[in-house]
Amino acid sequence: MPQPVPSPDAPRHGGALRPDTPVRGPARPGPYVAAGVLVAIGIVLPLVVPIYARHDPELAGMPFFYWYQLLWVFIDAGLLFVAYTLMRKEDRRRRDVVRAAQGSGPGSHPPRHAAATDAAGDATEDGGAR
Amino acid sequence: MNAVLALPASLSLATPADVPDAGGHRSIAGGALVVVILLFLVVAAIGFLASRWRTSSEERGLHSLDEWGLGGRGFGSWVTWFLLGGDLYTAYTFVAVPAAMWATGAVSGFFAVPYTIVLYPIVFILMSRLWSVSRSHGYVTPADFVGGRYGGKVLSTAIAVTGIVATMPYIALQLVGMKAVLTVLGLGSGSNSFVNDLPLIIAFVVLAAYTYTGGLRAPALIAVVKDLLIYLAIVVAVIYLPSKFGGWGSIFGAADHKLSTTNPATGKPAGALIPGATSFNAYWTLALGSAMALFMYPHSITGVLATKSRNTIRRNAVVLPLYSLMLGFLALLGYVAIKAGTMPVDTNGKINAQLVVPQLFLDSFPSWFAGVALAAIAIGALVPAAIMSIAASNLFTRNIYRDLIKPDVTPRTEAKISKLVSLLVKVGALVFVLGMDQSSAINLQLLGGIWILQTFPAIVAGLYTRWFNKWALLVGWAAGMVYGTIAAYDVVNPATGKHFGGSIAAIPGTHTTVYIGVTAFVLNAVVATVGTLVLRAFKVKDTADSTRSTDYEVDEDDVRVQPVPEELRAELS
Repeated sequence: MPQPVPSPDAPRHGGALRPDTPVRGPARPGPYVAAGVLVAIGIVLPLVVPIYARHDPELAGMPFFYWYQLLWVFIDAGLLFVAYTLMRKEDRRRRDVVRAAQGSGPGSHPPRHAAATDAAGDATEDGGAR
Repeated sequence: MNAVLALPASLSLATPADVPDAGGHRSIAGGALVVVILLFLVVAAIGFLASRWRTSSEERGLHSLDEWGLGGRGFGSWVTWFLLGGDLYTAYTFVAVPAAMWATGAVSGFFAVPYTIVLYPIVFILMSRLWSVSRSHGYVTPADFVGGRYGGKVLSTAIAVTGIVATMPYIALQLVGMKAVLTVLGLGSGSNSFVNDLPLIIAFVVLAAYTYTGGLRAPALIAVVKDLLIYLAIVVAVIYLPSKFGGWGSIFGAADHKLSTTNPATGKPAGALIPGATSFNAYWTLALGSAMALFMYPHSITGVLATKSRNTIRRNAVVLPLYSLMLGFLALLGYVAIKAGTMPVDTNGKINAQLVVPQLFLDSFPSWFAGVALAAIAIGALVPAAIMSIAASNLFTRNIYRDLIKPDVTPRTEAKISKLVSLLVKVGALVFVLGMDQSSAINLQLLGGIWILQTFPAIVAGLYTRWFNKWALLVGWAAGMVYGTIAAYDVVNPATGKHFGGSIAAIPGTHTTVYIGVTAFVLNAVVATVGTLVLRAFKVKDTADSTRSTDYEVDEDDVRVQPVPEELRAELS
């Protein structure tokens, strides 16, 4: 098991601040705007009650009001899945930029290495319990 | 889930005409009870083994808040899915949402569905940043973050106290949910009140014991059992019950008939199958306000901070909505109970809507399966109660004991204090529920939802900007708290004439009725903004900040948050 993360706040405990080195390269607006729109749709549309406060059409005897809202469970999950994929890709790209800059030198392949670590991390995580 | 809880206060609207002369005495449902006891024993065993889960031998005692209170900050996607599912969708929710549907229909019950849908986009946006900054500074509570971001102790103490005060009645309500199950099982009908309460006391003492030894690992493991049981119960109920009672068409027909019948006590219909135009604003503000509030609760944030990497919570935001689907169908079981003619008679002979789903399970299923379903609800009380008590005690230890009393406390002592406080918190909840009227717990919980929403501006704005002045945020928080409390007090239940009759009130100066928490939140945000502008105009300095912009972006692999040696990591994975 990892050791506990040390260190509550440096200033509080009188320690010195660590140098503020960037962990990610500059962002490209595209993926953030796209993900932002998807997430905004996922918040706003389920709350526009006049759209769905009606009885018809029924689905298997269930009024529209009910099945439409349950349907949004799947729509929001889908929207967030796409947003997550966009964000993960952009996040990895930005982290690779920094890693490449830090580990630059002939013969080393920092981005490749970083990608491999990410994949390994995903695998352990998706595997759940260790 | 919070605003949901507003409802039962108005459940007495349920027409008293259908009270049968049952006297309230119940015989013990033997078969179901045996199953419930067996499953409870299984869960208790898991709880006690939890301290050995993913701990090295020298860490067995869980001697830091990171280990005891956050499960070692190492939960991956699967564990987190179960943990947060068990944490957010509580026993009381399972009992109260269908109860509200059964008694008053869509506005007060089904809003829980859009609430738990729009919740996840909000989580998706906010929680990765909170995870990163907390990981890089070792924050355990939301108030730790506020203290680090804004400096000083006043604002962080206000956030901590709000969190503790909002969480306590929530724990008490888990007992109320468990009590509903025990009542239906026939426990609690005896003449000796101590014997009646004994099962609840035993359950809570056992819970307190394994929370003490296992910390957050205990509810995380138990949540897996609880969630699998509840999914099983709901899937079977949703497939089997509608066909048994004539299909969804006739179920909604029966619900429509009941809800549109005029209640003689108020001269109005009990509720509506589809909300009318006057309820639209109440419906969406309840959903949005509750969603904004839920991840300000300390127990939700505990679940987030216990995850392994920055993206774990985002991945979970994609798959957690499955619980909302389940909650939606569970809500509809309130209508199934209308069609089935379920009679939720409490031990005092009165109708208690909260018993409606446990009673429906007991009436409609073979006793062993009813036992599984009821056990799922009862165990569903243990998971959030454990996490909430851990979160509340972490707040006390970090933001009251350490910040205000003993700044140089060691991590080991912090863990010791948190463990002890978690016991006190649970005893307090138990005494509260056994000693006082249930409705006070419900009223306080209703207020708790409004209160916790008032921590939103400081926490969420802080994740993105240091623009706000901390004193302006404090005054905004105070304004929201005062307004919300007074407005909630002023809501009078038309049937009983009691205060705290609901969580909806008109925006002052208008006739638009909305969730009180949202009005208070807007007031809070406006005061904080105007206050900041004024203080800036007077050039008041407020620049303390121990976080840096990159702290909000770090991931588990980044050097500064990585105390784990490489060879150990390899061994672990």
